[in-house]
Amino acid sequence: MSAKIFSKDEWVGVLEGLKDDYRVYVPVREGDYHNFRVLEAGTRPSFDFQNTRMSAKFLAEPQSERMFVYTLDEKDPDAHILKEEEKAIPPLAVVGIRPCDAYAFKLVRRNFDTPDYKDPFWIKRYEATTFVGLGCNDPCKTCFCASAGSGPFDRKGLDVLLYDIGDAYLAQPLTDKGEALLDKAAGGKEADDASWKTAQALTRQVAGKISSRVPTDKLKDKDVNELYGASFWEDVAFSCINCGTCTYLCPTCWCFDVQDEVQRLPMAGDRIRNWDSCMFPLFTLHGSGHNPRSQKTERVRQRFMHKLKYYVDKYDNGIQCVGCGRCVQFCPVNIDIRKVAEKMNSL
Amino acid sequence: MENPYLPYPVRIDNITTETEDRNLKTFKFVFINPEDEAKFAYTPGQFAELSIAGKGEIPIGIASSPTEKGHIDFTVNKVGKVTTHLHNMKEGDVMGVRGPLGNWYPWEEMEGKNVVIIGGGFAFTTLRSSIVYMLEPENRSRFENITVVYGARSPGMLLYKDELMEWEKRDDLDMHITVDGTDDPDWKYNIGFVPAVTEQKVTSAENAIAIVCGPPIMIRFTQPVLEKLDFPPENIILSLENRMKCGIGICGHCNIGEKFVCKDGPVFSLARLKELPPDY
Repeated sequence: MSAKIFSKDEWVGVLEGLKDDYRVYVPVREGDYHNFRVLEAGTRPSFDFQNTRMSAKFLAEPQSERMFVYTLDEKDPDAHILKEEEKAIPPLAVVGIRPCDAYAFKLVRRNFDTPDYKDPFWIKRYEATTFVGLGCNDPCKTCFCASAGSGPFDRKGLDVLLYDIGDAYLAQPLTDKGEALLDKAAGGKEADDASWKTAQALTRQVAGKISSRVPTDKLKDKDVNELYGASFWEDVAFSCINCGTCTYLCPTCWCFDVQDEVQRLPMAGDRIRNWDSCMFPLFTLHGSGHNPRSQKTERVRQRFMHKLKYYVDKYDNGIQCVGCGRCVQFCPVNIDIRKVAEKMNSL
Repeated sequence: MENPYLPYPVRIDNITTETEDRNLKTFKFVFINPEDEAKFAYTPGQFAELSIAGKGEIPIGIASSPTEKGHIDFTVNKVGKVTTHLHNMKEGDVMGVRGPLGNWYPWEEMEGKNVVIIGGGFAFTTLRSSIVYMLEPENRSRFENITVVYGARSPGMLLYKDELMEWEKRDDLDMHITVDGTDDPDWKYNIGFVPAVTEQKVTSAENAIAIVCGPPIMIRFTQPVLEKLDFPPENIILSLENRMKCGIGICGHCNIGEKFVCKDGPVFSLARLKELPPDY
């Protein structure tokens, strides 16, 4: 199937139409920033954004998710036995996700979908999702996707790539899932040569706008213990206040905690999982009181080493970072992963 | 898709208080669905997540041996929310076990070799599993001499005392029980710290593999003893712990560099460990 063009006037109607077949997530303005929300009555999609404040990682890994249910009622023959809950996950479509954030799902997948173990919660949601990405015409100053294996029009994580060509979106299907979605989209017309030329000119023009370059070429060859023992970690971590913002905003951070809660109903309990953060000392605290990463320098080092060295070694496919720049933009004390990468790469 | 987070339901069949401080108890579990026992096929050195509805999960080494059929055993130290609750549970109570998880001691490499087992305190659980496994008649001939050094603070803090005494009497196992100190005038075993007793009793690294489990301080002082005996780091085997949640290398808590203790470990050779950052 060939690409389609949707005029911006018809666009919201097109999205509304997709609701028959998908639970549609769209960017919505919330105060000064945008986030993805379900398209329902009253939702006003807004595509006037550089990137959403939160990444779309919650689609496959909600911030809090029920894993199992159980009853503690002794009269029930199944008391204390954990049960899987039937979760009907409808087809999901996320429209307007940036290519870097979509690529992040590919990186995170390596962790949830392994040869040894499959995480059914993440995989089911991921597989149910059609990624309709919006190429970046106006990258942030903090973006460095082009140095992180991605780019403003990167297709790797996407099913459909949208180009904003002024008064219309050019929608290019990239996978069967993407074609199926465009098939179901009402309206639009076949893309003409002129639109394609505009889109191509756009990609060339934007490539020049990504001003941050981050060197990562030497990370693979560095000795892990030499990097670990480098003298710059104290400096890097000096201003860190352990707020965890970087990890919550990061599209490639996925760590979670597992907890039991008995509060839904008397005697009915849930095993749930919640986003966790390696920035917190509790993350690694042993029952004995021993803590391998009790100091913030150790935790800051862990975060950067994980993204820029451990996973470079583990998968030999680049860094565990897509260059979205959120952690740079929203760190309250201006810790900058680009500078840390430079230090590590040039050690 | 199989859900690797879902525990097998088990029933507590028996509870044994192991130590005089009553902080260590051994829980014997039987599977509520008998077919789950086959699915839980394990090898000494592995661990499992003990799961209590409403409380949570804890990673604990498997203390029974796969040669002991019909039940699985775990010795649990009372330290936190889940273990404290478990210590208050009683025989007949229902809970869950999820596993087996992690890797195991290098049994194939150990075949035809002298095996030296060095344990301290309550870290003796998977070592107990290993000893029972090796002493099983069908397995004993696969290994040469077996030497065990096991110590605790005091006689009352030793785990599996009845078995220890029996092993002392056997001639196919060189058993050295030790305590840091005791005021019992009838104590007829060793007195001294594990590293010192190891130095006296283990005399050669020839064709030998050493498995060391214990508190960090014991491991730190045992390592030079073994190195003096010329144990190469490849033949010194350690079992680590780190805070864990999922137990299957997904949740991200227990990493040491690019490795997860839960999935790539908990068993590492000293040689392998030296290549990793010391985040444990």
